[in-house]
Amino acid sequence: MVENRPWANLFAHAVLMVGVALVVFPVYIAIVASTLAPDELMRGTIPLLPGGHGIENYTQMWQSGVSSANSPPAALMLWNSFVMAMAITVGKLFISLLSAFAIVYFRFRFRMFFFWLIFITLMLPVEVRIIPTFQVVADLNMLNSFAGLSIPLIASATATFLFRQFFMTVPEEMLEAARVDGAGPMKFFKDILLPLSVTNIAALFVIMFIYGWNQYLWPLLITTDPDYTTIVMGIQRMTSEENPQWHLVMAAVVMAALPPVLVILFMQRLFVKGLTETEK
Amino acid sequence: MASITLEGLKKTYTGDVQAVKGVDLEVRDGEFVVLVGPSGCGKSTLLRMVAGLETITEGTLKIGDRVVNKLEPAERDIAMVFQNYALYPHMTVYNNLAYGLKNRGFNKDEIEKRVQVAAKMLEIEEFLERKPRKLSGGQRQRVAMGRALVREPAAFLFDEPLSNLDAKLRVQMRVEIKQLQRRLKTTSLYVTHDQLEAMTLGDRLVVLNAGQIEQVGTPMEIYARPASMFVAGFIGSPAMNMLPVDYLNEQGANGLLDNLPDGTDIVGIRPDDMHLAPPSAPHLTVDSTLALFEAAGAESHLYVTLAHSDQPTVIRVSGQPPVAEGETLRFYVTRDALHPFNSTTGKRTGD
Repeated sequence: MVENRPWANLFAHAVLMVGVALVVFPVYIAIVASTLAPDELMRGTIPLLPGGHGIENYTQMWQSGVSSANSPPAALMLWNSFVMAMAITVGKLFISLLSAFAIVYFRFRFRMFFFWLIFITLMLPVEVRIIPTFQVVADLNMLNSFAGLSIPLIASATATFLFRQFFMTVPEEMLEAARVDGAGPMKFFKDILLPLSVTNIAALFVIMFIYGWNQYLWPLLITTDPDYTTIVMGIQRMTSEENPQWHLVMAAVVMAALPPVLVILFMQRLFVKGLTETEK
Repeated sequence: MASITLEGLKKTYTGDVQAVKGVDLEVRDGEFVVLVGPSGCGKSTLLRMVAGLETITEGTLKIGDRVVNKLEPAERDIAMVFQNYALYPHMTVYNNLAYGLKNRGFNKDEIEKRVQVAAKMLEIEEFLERKPRKLSGGQRQRVAMGRALVREPAAFLFDEPLSNLDAKLRVQMRVEIKQLQRRLKTTSLYVTHDQLEAMTLGDRLVVLNAGQIEQVGTPMEIYARPASMFVAGFIGSPAMNMLPVDYLNEQGANGLLDNLPDGTDIVGIRPDDMHLAPPSAPHLTVDSTLALFEAAGAESHLYVTLAHSDQPTVIRVSGQPPVAEGETLRFYVTRDALHPFNSTTGKRTGD
């Protein structure tokens, strides 16, 4: 910045700080609430400083959950959510990479038709097709299973579309050079295209993981067995009790928020690496 | 090592667009042949057909004694250097060179040996562990050549490999390519639109126009005896001047134009064959006005307008003659500098 206007600077920073505070404050309250004793939360004003029951609350939530709300231990719910989110993410990436590869690099009949078919499904979110999908999953006996939780959410038009756009920017000569170098289609895909797509894969991984992690309606519909309860469902159940145990709910919330944050932190290194290193 | 034989090679794209309209050519074993022509003449398409990157609509293509029409590029035993290098950006230079060998199942020691030899030859040893993006244009070009070299193929195919380099580097790489090819004696087919590059590199030139061969010959053959007006205008810089015979007769031909071959109605004269001082041999004279003087160091280009004609004409003289723009110049041309053409067929009429 070349400008030197202290007041404008101060003002800008003030606005930014207010913005940050608005975002951070609820998170802070959640963390504080998860460390308080049950009765401290019921007294009207919520204390703004952490209490001394953190370890106790987290241990209880992690190991035993809230049985009165039909909510299993958080360890199990987090695991369920993690498996579902990972299955959806990996499945989505795998399928969309392959279908984008097919659409961009192979000339087959009705190629554009299939592309548009995929593109049109972009307009259909899970909620629209939820009843027929439920029927299909029920008929295939996939209710109460990880397969039922993840497979119907795997097909992804968004990722296919984004990979298609990316593949089209890879110069044609790259493919030709690989062909002259004796690489077949799948070898080209594995050796050249995948490494070049790392940045896009990392970005989509984060988006897809959070999408899978936050699924609520679908798991709620197809699982009745508490062994398959996901963390988002569990939190919802705990809060709909008559007297919700807020200290435990908040502990669960904090734990539920961690995996997406970790995924972002881990993948972020790949973005930065990818952005500075890829050159076409 | 092998010859490349093209017999009646045609390429038709959907919609009946003919990019290559029947090309017969034999590239002999160890020969360096340059395909040259303006953009859109089908030279790149032709090269890509040899490489196997474009299908062949009609005709036969042989590398050595093998008909390779239906073979994949990798099975044709050729290596190609691309205009934009097409290096794999995520691989080190070493892996860029080794990739083709790995795919062909060479063992590690052999790959190591060949990469080192190629790297040494191209002086890129110190870059082997770098990624292509850390290299300059010239260095990338060397890596792209190295990738072709390590394979020890039957033929090299070059698709305008120097056109992304700056002028100075282009000259330097041109010399190196030539020397390399002399040393390795690998059959090479080289595509360029730059006539100077074509003249200096090729053992033989193939001048292409609109999907057809206009002329095949050594650079000097083509320069000295262009077979058509197209070749005459394309090879040589500045381009050959084309003057109607009738006009020259009016200007004072001294009977020099009387014995031109039948059908000649236009003659081509190279800019350097127009002299400002009368030569001792019989000559014709033309008056002109100097429109623009262009000094290019060792030589000068004089853009003149001919008297009683609006035909733009260029004269090349060595050094810098004491002339001023607007001045009337008389130039002299001898009989042996005339290239006779027929303007209807576009062909040379003889001589």
